[in-house]
Amino acid sequence: MTLVRDYEAEPGNATAQEARHGGTGSVLRLVWSVFRQNRLAVIGLGMILFMVLFCFVGPLLYHTNQVQINMSAVTRPPSARHPLGTDNVGYDVLGRLMLGGQSSLEVGFAAAILASLWGTAWGAIAGYAGGWLDAIMMRVVDSILAIPYLLIVLILATVFIPTIPVLIVVIALVSWLATARLVRGETLSLRVRDYVLAARGAGVRNGRIIFRHIVPNVIGTIVVAATFSVADAILLLAALSYLGLGPPPPAANWGGMLSDGLTYIYDGYWWLVYPAGLAIVLTVMAFNFVGDALRDALEVRLQRR
Amino acid sequence: MAAYLARRVVQALFVVLGVTIIVFILLQLLPGGPARALLGPRATGLQLHEFIVANGYNKPVWQQYADYIDHLVHGNLGYSYHYNQTVNSLLAQDLPKSVLLVGLSYVVSLLIAIPVGILQAVRRNKPVDYALTGVSFVGYSMPVFWLGILLVLIFAVNLHLLPPEAPQGTSIGAVLSQPAGLILPVATLAIVTVAQFSRFMRSSAIENLVQDYIRTARSNGLSELAILFRHLLRNSLIPIITLIGLSLPAVLSGAVITESVFNYPGMGLLLWNSATVRDYPVLLGFTVVVGVATVAGSLLADVLYAVVDPRVRYS
Repeated sequence: MTLVRDYEAEPGNATAQEARHGGTGSVLRLVWSVFRQNRLAVIGLGMILFMVLFCFVGPLLYHTNQVQINMSAVTRPPSARHPLGTDNVGYDVLGRLMLGGQSSLEVGFAAAILASLWGTAWGAIAGYAGGWLDAIMMRVVDSILAIPYLLIVLILATVFIPTIPVLIVVIALVSWLATARLVRGETLSLRVRDYVLAARGAGVRNGRIIFRHIVPNVIGTIVVAATFSVADAILLLAALSYLGLGPPPPAANWGGMLSDGLTYIYDGYWWLVYPAGLAIVLTVMAFNFVGDALRDALEVRLQRR
Repeated sequence: MAAYLARRVVQALFVVLGVTIIVFILLQLLPGGPARALLGPRATGLQLHEFIVANGYNKPVWQQYADYIDHLVHGNLGYSYHYNQTVNSLLAQDLPKSVLLVGLSYVVSLLIAIPVGILQAVRRNKPVDYALTGVSFVGYSMPVFWLGILLVLIFAVNLHLLPPEAPQGTSIGAVLSQPAGLILPVATLAIVTVAQFSRFMRSSAIENLVQDYIRTARSNGLSELAILFRHLLRNSLIPIITLIGLSLPAVLSGAVITESVFNYPGMGLLLWNSATVRDYPVLLGFTVVVGVATVAGSLLADVLYAVVDPRVRYS
């Protein structure tokens, strides 16, 4: 599921607006001071850091064989040798969880970054150009939004072999729309600001105005939208894996581990289901909580000022 | 208002046109084409050629698109090779069942989300607020297929309270005659959508709680419950109207997975089956119907907005 999200900061919550006239350091300090008031978000940030360390540093400390299958040790329950047991082809589940997390997080981060870049460029150009170009570009966004994203992803994932880079691009293709809309909305109000008019009067090229003067002022919105995108991308990857369109073995991802494990749920092999499932839920929740707090801390809706 | 409405209708038409173009482009990408997909790997070149000519796939792409639009304008959504039926009849058969599933889960989800959102707003940043935020996000963050299977495990396998599978049958009457089977699929879809409605309800209520009219009502001595239900609820509900329309494509994506988990004989299952056999016309037909529904929904929401809230004036 992809959430239709609220991008407005709450009234009465502290925001970091006032510090904008200070230096970069003071802005970041203020953003942090607002951010840390939200306890769920601080926990979420801790969880994200933990997951990144677990998946990328963990395998350096905890060595397991994740290449060769071992049919003599399948679906073993947790023991001292295998803290989370082994799966249906004998992989150590704890080690697999680290490897799978790498894919899930990589896809999540990369798709979010790609979607942010494309969405920002699209939204800023549409908003700055205005008129017919804006109308056409935004109707394209509306059209894609009106199609269930699963259908688009489904078709694309059947066309191309679903390797990790392909999945990143495919997921990014349905994730840039919110960013584009938000950036366009803010660009509309920014392009009539005095400093933009002054730049234009001084003969600065349009491309430079967009990317040097407008985009830096909507960076808060972009960061918030990107944070939510990471969560959605991880869930979307899981849904694709369930439909059999995830990265093929021996690659692993949390969603694939979960849907494979669910085949055995009636046999009582709980360690094939809950570790992967919890990893997804905790990570997705963490990114959502952090996104919520960032939205308040960065006061996303510029128009209000 | 009339001018605004006219502009929105024209915009909506362009969006629908955009939907058909995008889906058409996507379908052009499919490898092997429909002939190979339908006739199988052992089809001869002649058979493939005959199929391609008979279905107009040898024409230029723009001509194929123009033909498609021409049929669409006449209410003809195409012909499914796989099911050997018109897409219209497939949709007529399966769409009502999905509308039932999605509609019921919207109702359940809103019935939970509205009171929860208001409670969270009133108890903002208190333990209750944090707890409910946590719980609703757990529901949202769970992969839909896991949630569905977990509910089956608990309520069907362990407790023997509900059937593990959705109601079967081709007609909506058959589905309705087994209401117990509907509970788990509806619950699954409702649980994953609660979070988005309760979040919006919460922030909408928070925004309204600081308004003057609430203070006035309080100073007039109204009871807190009367304020919440007579004043706050009505005003806070307005943004939810838009959200219902906007969230439709996302909820339908969830419905595809839910239907495949519970083997629910609706559009989602049909869509998934059609995608695996590359039944182009069904995919196109489904997408166009959903696209039109979404666009019409958001148009309706904008109009309702003005009706429900007299303060909204379009210029």
